[in-house]
Amino acid sequence: MQKNRLSWMIGGPQGSGINASAEVFAKACSRAGLRVYANIEYHSNIMGKHSFYRVRVSDEDLRSYQEKIDILVALDLETLVGDADHRRWPTHYGHLHEIDRGGGVIYDSEIGFEPPADRSDIRFFPVPFIEVIRTALEEVGKGDQARRYEILKNTVALGATLALCEYPFDIVADVILSQFKGKRSEIGQLNVRAAKLAFDYVRDHFDCAAFPYRLQPNPERKPRILAKGYEIIALAKLRAGCAFQTYYPISPATDESVFLERHQREQSLLVVQCEDEISSINMAVGAAHMGVRSATATSGPGFALMVEGIGFAAMTEAPGPVITMYQRGGPSTGLPTRQEQGDLRFVLHPAQGDFPHVVIAPGDLRECYQDVFSAFNWAEQFQLPVIVLPDKKLAAIYTTIDRLELTYDKVERGKIFTGSEWTPYAAKGNDLVEQDGHLPGGKKPGEGVNEYLRYALSDDGVSPRSRPGTPGGRFWSTTDEHDPDGHITEGVEMRTAMMRKRMGKLDLISRTVPKDQQYELHGPADADLTVVAWGSTKGTILDAMLALAEDGKKVSFLQCRLMRPFPAEDVERILRSAKRLVLVEENYSGQLGAVIAEETGVRIEDRVLKYDGRPFSEDEIVAALRERFAGRPEPHTEAVMTHVR
Amino acid sequence: MSVEAPVKRFTLKDYKSDLHNDWCPGCGDFGILTGIQLALQQMDLDPDKVAVFSGIGCSGKTPHYVKAYGFHTLHGRVLPTATGARLANSGVTVIALGGDGDGYGIGAGYFVNSGRRNVDMAYLVHNNSVYGLTKGQASPTLRKGKRTKSMPEEAIQDGINPIAMAVAAGYTFIARGYALEPKHLAGIIVKAIEHKGAALVDVLQTCPTYNDLYTKEWYDGADLPDKRSRLYKLDDTGYDGVVHDVTDEKEIVAKKAQAVVKSYEREPIPIGVYYQAELPTYEDMLRQRIPALDGKPLVDIDVFHRDVNALLEAMR
Ligand SMILES: Cc1ncc(C[n+]2csc(CCOP(=O)(O)OP(=O)(O)O)c2C)c(N)n1
Ligand code: SF4
Ligand SMILES: [Mg+2]
Repeated sequence: MQKNRLSWMIGGPQGSGINASAEVFAKACSRAGLRVYANIEYHSNIMGKHSFYRVRVSDEDLRSYQEKIDILVALDLETLVGDADHRRWPTHYGHLHEIDRGGGVIYDSEIGFEPPADRSDIRFFPVPFIEVIRTALEEVGKGDQARRYEILKNTVALGATLALCEYPFDIVADVILSQFKGKRSEIGQLNVRAAKLAFDYVRDHFDCAAFPYRLQPNPERKPRILAKGYEIIALAKLRAGCAFQTYYPISPATDESVFLERHQREQSLLVVQCEDEISSINMAVGAAHMGVRSATATSGPGFALMVEGIGFAAMTEAPGPVITMYQRGGPSTGLPTRQEQGDLRFVLHPAQGDFPHVVIAPGDLRECYQDVFSAFNWAEQFQLPVIVLPDKKLAAIYTTIDRLELTYDKVERGKIFTGSEWTPYAAKGNDLVEQDGHLPGGKKPGEGVNEYLRYALSDDGVSPRSRPGTPGGRFWSTTDEHDPDGHITEGVEMRTAMMRKRMGKLDLISRTVPKDQQYELHGPADADLTVVAWGSTKGTILDAMLALAEDGKKVSFLQCRLMRPFPAEDVERILRSAKRLVLVEENYSGQLGAVIAEETGVRIEDRVLKYDGRPFSEDEIVAALRERFAGRPEPHTEAVMTHVR
Repeated sequence: MSVEAPVKRFTLKDYKSDLHNDWCPGCGDFGILTGIQLALQQMDLDPDKVAVFSGIGCSGKTPHYVKAYGFHTLHGRVLPTATGARLANSGVTVIALGGDGDGYGIGAGYFVNSGRRNVDMAYLVHNNSVYGLTKGQASPTLRKGKRTKSMPEEAIQDGINPIAMAVAAGYTFIARGYALEPKHLAGIIVKAIEHKGAALVDVLQTCPTYNDLYTKEWYDGADLPDKRSRLYKLDDTGYDGVVHDVTDEKEIVAKKAQAVVKSYEREPIPIGVYYQAELPTYEDMLRQRIPALDGKPLVDIDVFHRDVNALLEAMR
C-alpha cells in the first residue's frame, strides 16, 4: 500500500474562511485514521491581511511542519506572489517558492495569475471559483447571488484538493454536514454541493491520475481526537475541577476562556470577563482563598499587569490560581499572533521579593493536559500560584492525538482544616520557649494549642488551609509580612521563620513532582550530540531526530519542563555527561540557557535561536544539527530565519 | 403588649479581635471600625460567615481588628479580590473596604467596573482626602486649591465626586456616612449589607495626623458663627433616594439625577442614603446562566466528576 504523506497549504486574505477549509480537511483525514499536524499563521487583523493554514497528513505520528508544500491552494494573488507590489517593506513574497518539485497549485482563475516560467517543475490548476459557486447556487435558484457567497471559495478549494489527491469525497461531505446542524443544514448542503462541483471540475479538466500525491483512508483506525492546544488545556481545567476562570481578552489566550465560557452552563464553571488583567488575577486569587479551584489565562502583555497578583497569591499562600500564560512574540505588544518562547525569564521572576511559585512548560498537547491538571493539585497542595507556560504554537496547532486516557486523573487537595484538629504549639513560632521545657499556659511539648492558625509554622512549609465559612477556621491574611495568626509583623525572628516556611515549599515540590514530569532525556544514552530545549519545540526536535537517525547520527534531547523549582542537580548531571550540547530556543537571548547557567553553572555556547515570530520547521532543526555533525568546529550562536523567498 | 427583641447570638465583643491597634490616637478609622462591628452585631451575623476584605493604607488594617475572616489585599485591588471571593462563596457575607486613594485613585478602574457588575457586596471607602499611610499626600477626593499641613504645595488637580461617579458607574446602593457618628454609620452599613447588589458607602473620615482641613471641629462647624454642623442627615429632610418601581426607567433616572444633585451640595454635606434600586445582581444573572448555582454557592458544587465525553466526541 502506498504511504500517505502530504503537505497542503491554503492561503488567502483574513476573513475568507481558510480556517474552515483547512479544519474540515484536517478532520476528514483524522476521521479516516490519518495523522494530522496543522498550523495557522495569521496577522493581528480581522479582514484582508494574508494568512495561511498548513495541513500535514501522514500515516505516522506528526509533530511538526515542513517547509516544502505539495499542494498550495491560493484564494488570492498575494498567496502566490506576496505583497512586495503594494508594501514599502514587504512582509512576505508568496508561497510559490515553497512548493516542492512535482507539486501543484490550485488557484482561482480570476485572480490574474500567470504561472512563471521558472516553475515548470510544478503543475498549475486554475479553477473558476466563482463559476463553480454560481452553478451550485443556480441549483437552489440563487444563481444571481454568487458574489454574496464568495465565502464558499474555501469550500471550492477543498473540493478541488480532494479531486487532485483522489480522496473519497463522502468522508469530507460528512464532516461538512456535521458542522451545519439544524437550521443551518441548508448551508451545509450548499457547501457540499460547491465542494462536489469543484471536485468534478478538477477531475474532468485535469489529469489527476498523473498527479503524484494520493491520500487514502488508513484502515487501522485508532480512537484518536483532533484538537487544538487551548481545547486540551480547557478540557484539563474542566477535568481538574476548576470552578472559576477569569480573563481579559488577548491573543492567543482568549480562545481557551471562550471555549470554557461556551460550556459553562452544562459544566457549572463560572467564567468572568474582567475589566483588565489586574482584576482577572485578583479575582482568581480571591476565589482561590475561598476554596474553589480558580484559574486565569493570558499572554505576555496581560501577564505584565498580573505580576503583583502573583506575589499576592504567593505571600498569602493562596491555594492558586493556575495561570495559563500563552507566550506570543514580544516585547510590548510585539507580534500578537505569532510564536515566541520569550517569556520564560519573565514568568520565573514576575514580582518583587523572594517567593515560591511553580512554573511548568508543557511540550505538546498531552503534556498540556497533564501539566494543567497537575497544576490545580499543586496549587492546593503547596498553596501557591502555578504558571503553566504554553505558547501561540501549542494553543493553535490542530493535531491528532491518541484519545486522552482520563481515568488516571487524581485530584489532590492538600491539607485542609476541618475543625477537628488544632495547631501544634511549636507551629506558633514559639519553639524557642519550648526547648527549655517551659511552655506558657502549662502546656506540654507536642501538645496542641486550642486555636487554629492559618499560617502555622509547619515542617514542610504548608499549613492546613481553612475554607472561609468553616466554624473555628477563622483566620486573617495579609500581603504584609505576617505571623501565624495572619497579622502584620516586622519582627526579625518571625520574618525569618516565615521566609523559610514559604521558600521551603520549593524543596517539597521538587520531591513531590514526578521526575518524568520535571524533565526528560529523549533518545539514545550514547548520543554524540544532545539538544537542550523546552516547550513547544519538542515535537519538531523529535521529528528532526528521526531524520538524523536515518543519517545514522545519534542525537538525544534534554527536554526541560519544570522550570521552577528547577531540577538543577539532574540537569547538571545530564549536561556534564553529554558529548556535545546544542541549545535550541525560539527567542533572542537563549532564555533557558540563561536559566541553566544560573542553576547549574553550565554554559551552553552552541545555540540555535529563532525570533522571527515563526516556529522552527523540522527542516530548520535538521539543517542546524547536520551542520554540527558536518564538523563545524566552534560552538556558535546561529540565528535561524524562516525562508520567505 | 410587649414586643420581645429577638435574642442575639453574638455580642459586640464577638466581632473584636484582640490585636493591639496601631492607628493614631483619634483617627476616624476607629469610628468606622466601630460602625462595622455595630452593624455586624445588629445583624447578628456569625463571625465565621463574614469575610472582610481591605486594600492597603491605614484603612487597610481594619480587617485585622474585626473578628471575622479577614483579607488585607493589595493597594487598589480590594474590589476584584472581594468579588472573586463573593462569587466563589455566596454563603459568606463579603465586605470590602479601603482608603480613598485605594478606591478612587489606584483602584478607580475597579471602582467603576464593580458598579456596572452589581455583585451583591458592600464597599466602604474611608474618605480622609489624604494618603494616610504614605504620610499625607493629596488623595483623589482633595479639591483643587486645598493644602493640608502634610502637603508642600496646594493641590492643582481637582477632587472627584465619588457619589456622582458611583451613580454613573451603576452602583445600586449609594450612601455617605461620617466616621465620628458610628451609630448612624452602622445603620447605613446594615442597609448596605442587606441591599442586594453593589453598595457603596463613602465614609467621611478624619485624619488628625495629616488632614488639618477636615477635622472633627470642621465637621462640627466649631469655626462657624452659629456653630452649625457641616453635616446633615438626609433622613431628617424627608429625602427619598429609593427607586420604588424598578421597572420604571423614568423613576430610576430621576432618582439618579436627584442623587447627583445632592452630591454637589457642600457645607452642609448630606449624609445618609443617596440612591437605592433593587435591580438584578450579577449573581442573579449567573444563576440564569449556570443552573447549578441556584441555591448553592459555587464552592459547594461538585465539579470534580465532570463528564467531558461529549466534548471529546466533538473532537473526533
Ligand atoms: C502599588 C502600590 N503603590 C504604592 C503603595 C504605597 N502606598 C501604601 S498606602 C498608600 C496610600 C494610602 O492612601 P489611602 O488609600 O487613601 O488609604 P489611607 O492610608 O488614607 O487609609 C500608598 C500609595 C503600595 N502599597 N502599593
Ligand atoms: S495617618 Fe491619619 S488615617 Fe492614618 S492612622 Fe493616622 S490619623 Fe488615621
Ligand atoms: Mg485616604
